[in-house]
Amino acid sequence: MSKPCFVKSTIGRKVIAAISGIALMLFIVVHLGGNLTMLVPDNGATFNAYAHKLHSLGPLLWVARAGLLIFFLGHVITAIGVRLDEKRARPVGYAITASKGGPSKQTWSSRSMLITGLIILLFVPFHIWMFTLNQGADHARIVQHGVEMKDVYLSVVRGFSNPVKAWAYVAVMALLGFHLRHGFWSAFQSLGALSPKCAPVAYTAGLIFALLMAVGFLILPLYILYFGPDPETLRVAMN
Amino acid sequence: MKFNIKVWRQAGPNAKGGFKSYAVDGILPEMSLLEMLDVLNEQLTKQGEEPVAFDSDCREGICGTCGLVVNGMAHGSRLKCTTCELRMRHFEDGATVTIEPFRAKSFPIIKDLVVDRSAFDRIIAAGGYISVNAGSAPDANAVLVPKDIAEKAMDSAACIGCGACVAACPNASASLFVSAKITQFALLPQGQAERERRALRMVEQMDKEGFGNCSNHAECEAACPKGISIGNIATMRREYMRAAARYEERAEAAGAG
Repeated sequence: MSKPCFVKSTIGRKVIAAISGIALMLFIVVHLGGNLTMLVPDNGATFNAYAHKLHSLGPLLWVARAGLLIFFLGHVITAIGVRLDEKRARPVGYAITASKGGPSKQTWSSRSMLITGLIILLFVPFHIWMFTLNQGADHARIVQHGVEMKDVYLSVVRGFSNPVKAWAYVAVMALLGFHLRHGFWSAFQSLGALSPKCAPVAYTAGLIFALLMAVGFLILPLYILYFGPDPETLRVAMN
Repeated sequence: MKFNIKVWRQAGPNAKGGFKSYAVDGILPEMSLLEMLDVLNEQLTKQGEEPVAFDSDCREGICGTCGLVVNGMAHGSRLKCTTCELRMRHFEDGATVTIEPFRAKSFPIIKDLVVDRSAFDRIIAAGGYISVNAGSAPDANAVLVPKDIAEKAMDSAACIGCGACVAACPNASASLFVSAKITQFALLPQGQAERERRALRMVEQMDKEGFGNCSNHAECEAACPKGISIGNIATMRREYMRAAARYEERAEAAGAG
């Protein structure tokens, strides 16, 4: 027997989806940590300093971005492949389907991984456009401690002062929560890392992780929309 | 008890199937779902209609021959229960009971509720065995197995190969069935000789048969009449990764078996 191709096998593809999923989860933890510096009541000075630090990494930042893109694409491609297999494997469906409960972990979260994933996939380009590529007509910049830098805080405040955008973010982040609710524990199960004893612990940890991430991310748009500074006067007062 | 039975009828593998509804009366609460179908079939035979074809053998939950999807659940709503053990007292009197065959591309319908599960046999033939010397029986306890390991292996070996895991899986994946066999042998000393080859070959055959991938819904564990844990699937993945890393062509060239 020749050695089968690992990445083509069902198990190999789940391993890729799991490793890339874990990498993306680590990314969003760091991302959330950075975002929450916006809650520091200093008109965004801490947040801008953080963003500036990231930007000044230079080539390292591009390495990180490339890595992130690879993990993101790896995750999307393998996940869609799993779904296509699913369609092929059961061409004629059931008239009625029901979960038997008990040890089943079949939930809206687990059944909607593709939908929640695709919405996040559509969201990411908008998100990058809004806060990284598009800096506004005036290319908002600010001088902090004698260093000129991008005023990312102002872009965010401008963006989230729009209730439609803010609430759209809230909706996507809620869906991210559902995606993580199944994705967190599923990643470790796909890597074969869970014994029957630690599987329930990982499943509960997944719920906590999903809640922390979703609430953490959706707090900001709501905070800025309802309690944040007015983007028109934010920098006027400072100058 | 009275029931309205909505059942999938299909004359042959390539015939177009559809649901038909039948009323049955005089069902005792202690009858199993299969006995209820026996009553229905007697009724149909008397009326000159073709009886509903379904698989069954031992009718005591140990052979894995029966298997129907009842009201959307493989082997019905009871946990750790085969279709033949499912009693009519678990249904409401007068209820409509929807009965469908196991649905998967790899389990093609032969007739009505009977499906061809020989894909499982081909997966077992690909590697779900151990090689032994034929001839006189070996001494008992010549190979020592610690009690806890023997128990774990037995939990995996409890699989009766009914295919409910495939039927219940939203992706029609056979991972629970395949992983139970891989885990059973990986735990035991007798299974070591072909350990890597078994993991690679059984997974390869599973993929070839066209079963879906596993998305960790764990619905299979709920449907399994023997309560086989998805911990086996985690073990299968570890075994597969280990085998993919360690397997060398020479194992085959040496001509095991």
